Amino acid sequence: MAMSFQKPWFLARARRRFAMTRECALLLPRVCAALADPRQPGSDDTCLEKLLDWFQELTLFDSTVQLVQDNPCLTEFITSVLALPEPSPSILSFTLRLAGILAASENRFQHLQQEKLLARLFGRDGPPNSAVWEDASVRSGWVQGVHNMMHHQPALHLLCSGGGIDVIFTLQGDPSLFVASAASQLLVHMLTLSVESETTKPLSTKDCDWPACAQMIIKRIEDSLQSSSASHIEQSLKLLTSLFGSCRATWTEVLWLGVAKQIESFLTEETVQVQHMLANLLLNMAWSPVFRDTEGSFWALVTSALEHLTPVQAGPLAVGILRLYKCPQDVRIQALTVLLQPMDCILRAASQPLEYAGLLDESVSDPVTVESLLSSRSSCANLLCQTLAHLEQLLSLSRLPVDLPYTSLLRSLMTILQFCNGFLSPASPLGSTISRILINCFRVQRSALDVLAALSERKGSDTLIGSLFDLLLAYLESPNTSPTVLKKTFQATSKWLVRLQELSCSNSQGQQTEKILEDVFLVLQKRLCSPCWEVRDSSLEFLTVLIKCLRDQDEFRQSLLSSEVPRLTENLLEDPESYVRASAVTAVGHLAFITYFAPESPVVGNQYNKENTVAKLQEILSTDPEGFPRRAVISIFIKWLRQGCTGQLEDTEQFVSRVIQTVEHDLDWEVRLGGLELIEVFCSQTICQLGLPQCPYAPVSSAVTSSIHWNESLQVFCRAKLFSFLFRSLCDCDKPVGQRACDVLLGLKSNFYPVSTLEGSQGTGDSAVGHGIAWLQRTLRQGSLAQNFPTDGSNGVDFQDPENMMLALGAVELEELHDELNRSSDHVEKSPQSLLQDILATVGTIEENEADCY
Amino acid sequence: FFQYCLSGHPTLPCNVLKFKSTTIMLDCGLDMTSTLNFLPLPLVQSPRLSKLPGWVLKDGSTFLDKELKECSGHVFVDSVPEFCLPETELLDLSTVDVILISNYHCMMALPYITEYTGFTGTVYATEPTVQIGRLLMEELVNSIERVPKAQSASMWKNKEVQRLLPAPLKDAVEVSMWRKCYTMPEVNAALSKIQLVGYSQKIELFGAVQVTPLSSGYALGSSNWIIQSHYEKVSYVSGSSLLTTHPQPMDQASLKNSDVLILTGLTQIPTANPDGMVGEFCSNLAMTVRNGGNVLVPCYPSGVIYDLLECLYQYIDSAGLSNVPFYFISPVANSSLEFSQIFAEWLCHNKQTKVYLPEPPFPHAELIQTNKLKHYPSIHGDFSNDFKQPCVVFTGHPSLRFGDVVHFMELWGKSSLNTVIFTEPDFSYLDALAPYQPLAMKCVYCPIDTRLNFIQVSKLLKEVQPLHVVCPEQYTQPPPTQSHRTDLMIDCQPPPMSYRRAEVLTLPYKRRYEKIEIMPELADSLVPLEIKPGISLATVSAMLHTKDNKHVLQLPPKPPQPPASKKRKRVSDDVPECKPLKPLLSGSIPVDQFVQTLEKHGFSDVKVEDTAKGHIVLLQEAETLIQIEEDSTHIICDNDEPLRVKLRDLVLKFLQKF
Repeated sequence: MAMSFQKPWFLARARRRFAMTRECALLLPRVCAALADPRQPGSDDTCLEKLLDWFQELTLFDSTVQLVQDNPCLTEFITSVLALPEPSPSILSFTLRLAGILAASENRFQHLQQEKLLARLFGRDGPPNSAVWEDASVRSGWVQGVHNMMHHQPALHLLCSGGGIDVIFTLQGDPSLFVASAASQLLVHMLTLSVESETTKPLSTKDCDWPACAQMIIKRIEDSLQSSSASHIEQSLKLLTSLFGSCRATWTEVLWLGVAKQIESFLTEETVQVQHMLANLLLNMAWSPVFRDTEGSFWALVTSALEHLTPVQAGPLAVGILRLYKCPQDVRIQALTVLLQPMDCILRAASQPLEYAGLLDESVSDPVTVESLLSSRSSCANLLCQTLAHLEQLLSLSRLPVDLPYTSLLRSLMTILQFCNGFLSPASPLGSTISRILINCFRVQRSALDVLAALSERKGSDTLIGSLFDLLLAYLESPNTSPTVLKKTFQATSKWLVRLQELSCSNSQGQQTEKILEDVFLVLQKRLCSPCWEVRDSSLEFLTVLIKCLRDQDEFRQSLLSSEVPRLTENLLEDPESYVRASAVTAVGHLAFITYFAPESPVVGNQYNKENTVAKLQEILSTDPEGFPRRAVISIFIKWLRQGCTGQLEDTEQFVSRVIQTVEHDLDWEVRLGGLELIEVFCSQTICQLGLPQCPYAPVSSAVTSSIHWNESLQVFCRAKLFSFLFRSLCDCDKPVGQRACDVLLGLKSNFYPVSTLEGSQGTGDSAVGHGIAWLQRTLRQGSLAQNFPTDGSNGVDFQDPENMMLALGAVELEELHDELNRSSDHVEKSPQSLLQDILATVGTIEENEADCY
Repeated sequence: FFQYCLSGHPTLPCNVLKFKSTTIMLDCGLDMTSTLNFLPLPLVQSPRLSKLPGWVLKDGSTFLDKELKECSGHVFVDSVPEFCLPETELLDLSTVDVILISNYHCMMALPYITEYTGFTGTVYATEPTVQIGRLLMEELVNSIERVPKAQSASMWKNKEVQRLLPAPLKDAVEVSMWRKCYTMPEVNAALSKIQLVGYSQKIELFGAVQVTPLSSGYALGSSNWIIQSHYEKVSYVSGSSLLTTHPQPMDQASLKNSDVLILTGLTQIPTANPDGMVGEFCSNLAMTVRNGGNVLVPCYPSGVIYDLLECLYQYIDSAGLSNVPFYFISPVANSSLEFSQIFAEWLCHNKQTKVYLPEPPFPHAELIQTNKLKHYPSIHGDFSNDFKQPCVVFTGHPSLRFGDVVHFMELWGKSSLNTVIFTEPDFSYLDALAPYQPLAMKCVYCPIDTRLNFIQVSKLLKEVQPLHVVCPEQYTQPPPTQSHRTDLMIDCQPPPMSYRRAEVLTLPYKRRYEKIEIMPELADSLVPLEIKPGISLATVSAMLHTKDNKHVLQLPPKPPQPPASKKRKRVSDDVPECKPLKPLLSGSIPVDQFVQTLEKHGFSDVKVEDTAKGHIVLLQEAETLIQIEEDSTHIICDNDEPLRVKLRDLVLKFLQKF
């Protein structure tokens, strides 16, 4: 009831919003005439696309004929393009799509059909029969036009009776992939439309009472599935795949039952190689409740597919099935088996028979297939990378519908990584072959390390943690580890260190943890001195991550502080590479939480103390020639302020003030934006501290106390010189800065001017202050065009005077400014009127030239 | 073709190739690992070394205690270091015609060969090879001669005694062949026998063989060699690199179509990637210096040091090491640094272009200019005045047995702040360090070997496709310490032929053709007859004249004129007698037609039998047998010559004559 009540109102508003303005209606005939003029050079494609977008909007909420009736130029345009002996492909394509958009409503369809325009455009004797059909843009325009139009039965009948279906089926095999895919989508759409708009009673397998159009399509699908042409079969499988992916109606099952046998035969068919298409089809079906919830043959087919498809083809199907929550348990186990088979094979190849239990009790398909894929140089890395990517996908799910054998999986991953760095002497011939292929294979290393990282969050793989760290440390230490692999190793190591800490808290593995941490910091120390900047950078990132996750752990803090790492990190603040300096800033900033800001951790004796570090960071903020390090500094300062660390450091007010004065002239807008964020945090903390009521509706118990409070915080803000930066930022040439400044000022305004008091305080009088405020308002109206924004008080506004600022906050139309800033900068250029003028402008120059000629 | 293998060291090869009628020595590397069995030669009196206890046999005998000293469980010979020479017994080295040198590391045994064996041939090498080789030899001689050692140990070499010694002395091979270092006059004499060559230059050896050096990409002036005749091609690949370092890139294309490819001098550390090692080197260097320690880099005075200095040039500013002094100490340091800058044509393209700017091709010039890198001939003199710590010292010898490095090992070995970083792959770093134990200083092993690894070899072999590959036996099996790494061996089809020290190998290739020239006059006289479309034949009667391994067919001498006077018959007239030529026959006999012809000529009882090689035609009445085979026909009849002639003529009708 509520919806039907709201609908007319909503539609009316939408129609109003998207209706054609008078100005546009006046321009349109000239535009149409210009576009249909073959003498004109081809119009800019983007203009035509925008024009179509506009028509799409115009017709979206209006199904009446008004648009075409009021603008006869549209029909004339189509007629004149059709009359052209050799229309340009782009104009013809545009015309087809435009006609489709207009004919999307039945009323306008009938209107256009009065002159048989649509039959001429989309019928068999239209463009498909002409020379321009060679051009892919025309074919694409035709398919899109039909798709645009295809919303009602008359359109369906036009196509079906005019031979259009044949054209679309042919286009499925079009050399242009865009056209082929659009044709396939169109068929799906037509089939769905036909069945859903023309059927009155539910369909069943027994009566094949499909509507005429649907029947034609289904017949074609069935025929091509039975043909011996692989490309025809592929097209039909693609069509069914997208049909089952988009349509979840019960009739799809009826359709399926007609083709199921044939499709099932493809699994074992040797002559037609279409198996690779089946995984996607079955997956889409598995997501559809129509098939998923049946007890019947569907799951048997999936089982058979898992058995018959090659491991590479079956992988995506298996992982898709494992992501389903509704799936028979035996199918799930089988999918898991398919997925784990390569990992199992690796484990068996590396170990003596019966040494480990392996991953699987039995395999679904012949293990020989997997073994042969793994022992071939061309397929080994591909199969492993695919399997590992699937495993990572699975592990990233928060709720896994199936239990993975984590310990064996971890062992298998470790085996792969050992193969890759040549540490493992395999016990079997297969192992030697795999080892030969995998040595120094970075792709596999990266994928395996990703899975390893993901596995750290799963319980049950802790028994191997000692040997796992041996392996990770070997990777971290080896000079042969490539920088990208090293980065992944760092990621995996940090995750497992967190896990290790959790374990060490719960049992007595303290000593092991201590030793591992010591080794990690030793190797980190070396990596921080690497000549390769990527390595130094990822080492610093690793350190930051470690501190973030583990800074509360005593063992971690002690190991870190007793190593050389803090000193080397501070050295890197002067690295020649700006990314490294930025990462060093972030690391030093986090390190400070342990060294300087944590009350229980006295500073370890080295030449750096907190004053030096802060001074160093401020120096970077004011002098570093690159943006990244400066951005990093301001982010760290924000972090410190948020965590209340600056209070122990010095008077926060002075700190903020100094930082703001450094960043307000920074050339990098992100640094200035950071400065505003710092102000925002500072303001809210100050207001909280001084106890100003946050809620404007809260009863003000005593106007006097309240005013004292705001007075005090306002004074703090003025002293810290925040306002000059805030107001200047409103005119910043980089929009995000202006928006942020406006948000901050609005926040302050709402604090200092509760709604009830707003009106009364806006009077500024005629005083000098009043003139100043008026100047400010004028200047702010110019926005980013405002030149010179003096904040020294020379214009009558003293940005450090609380009274002045109070008045300014009240007087400046911040809300209006907010809307202005949030409007996109091309809102004028984007209007349809401007678009039409643009098109005419290009035409205009030609007309002028013509005039010159005469 | 034979190959005599005189060295067992795969990267310091010495092979002799008998190719056609020439004897070619390929490289003469000197295996210096023998010096690891000796005590270091300290530049200044070392109380530690002089106090080492003499070694006593298990039974308490002390007769060796003057010759052998014990240090931390290892036994060392207290004598002037000696080197293991290439085999000299396998063949008479005075018969060697030429020696081809592939790079300066592979010529260190040259004086032993040229000055001690009666060698009278020529040595071929490129100019940088000779110049830098001379520097290496000079440094070697200098380092040993400046620390004269009174005693020379020889008792331990006695086979009976050696058996009683502990490993590795017990297992040292051919100790009787070990020799002391040569002298500078010998070096000069040896180098004077070298003829300089340029890349792709073709050098004729006795008209029989042509040798050509090709760039091998490993070091300044390093070469691979092509040894070829008209129909045979042997490629000798020794110490090549595909990495982009300072030398000219390797010429692979010219190695194609080889019948035999001899492959030596692959990387000694196949598991270490040189880029990773350079990174490791820099990281460890920076870490040590930042902690206030000194870094010692034992190295050769040329080669990888240029690349290391270039890396450091880029790295020191970023690592905040601008104020740390780098010292390069070697009697030839100055020459080495300067030579490297003048061999522009032997450098990689990037460095060559710098010369035209003009800029020095190597950035170490700038390091020297800015005083960041200083070089000294030895630790004595200026160095001791300028020496500041912490610092980085590059000095030789990498074996740690002689040279200025010995002094720094003694000086810095006691502090754990210092680090010794091994970058040269020729010596096991643990063995090198053995006489310095116990050692507090940190040791880092970053061997940088830019020579081909097995992956690159397999790509190279796929590319150049030689018919046969010959290589040291070490390359045909995984390294002994990593027996599971089957990727660390040469993998090609057919499998490579391997060799070991003191082995003679028959190269798997047979000569089938020889090129012979025909004199124009003789060619004029030939009358070719077309026997098949496109194939013409002519008989040639000529005299084969062979000189300087070139073969020429000349007109046969005219039939001897009847001598004018019997008395004036000269020896020169005694030419071979030429008999008149019989025509040659060709073609085949169609048996059916032959039988018909026989019948036409009155032989009525002709019978044909098939045999394995052809047919037998039986004329029963005449008791005659005609045996027709692919390349022969026999008529067997008893004493009936007219019948035989008749039959012969019938047979000849079916054949072509020319």
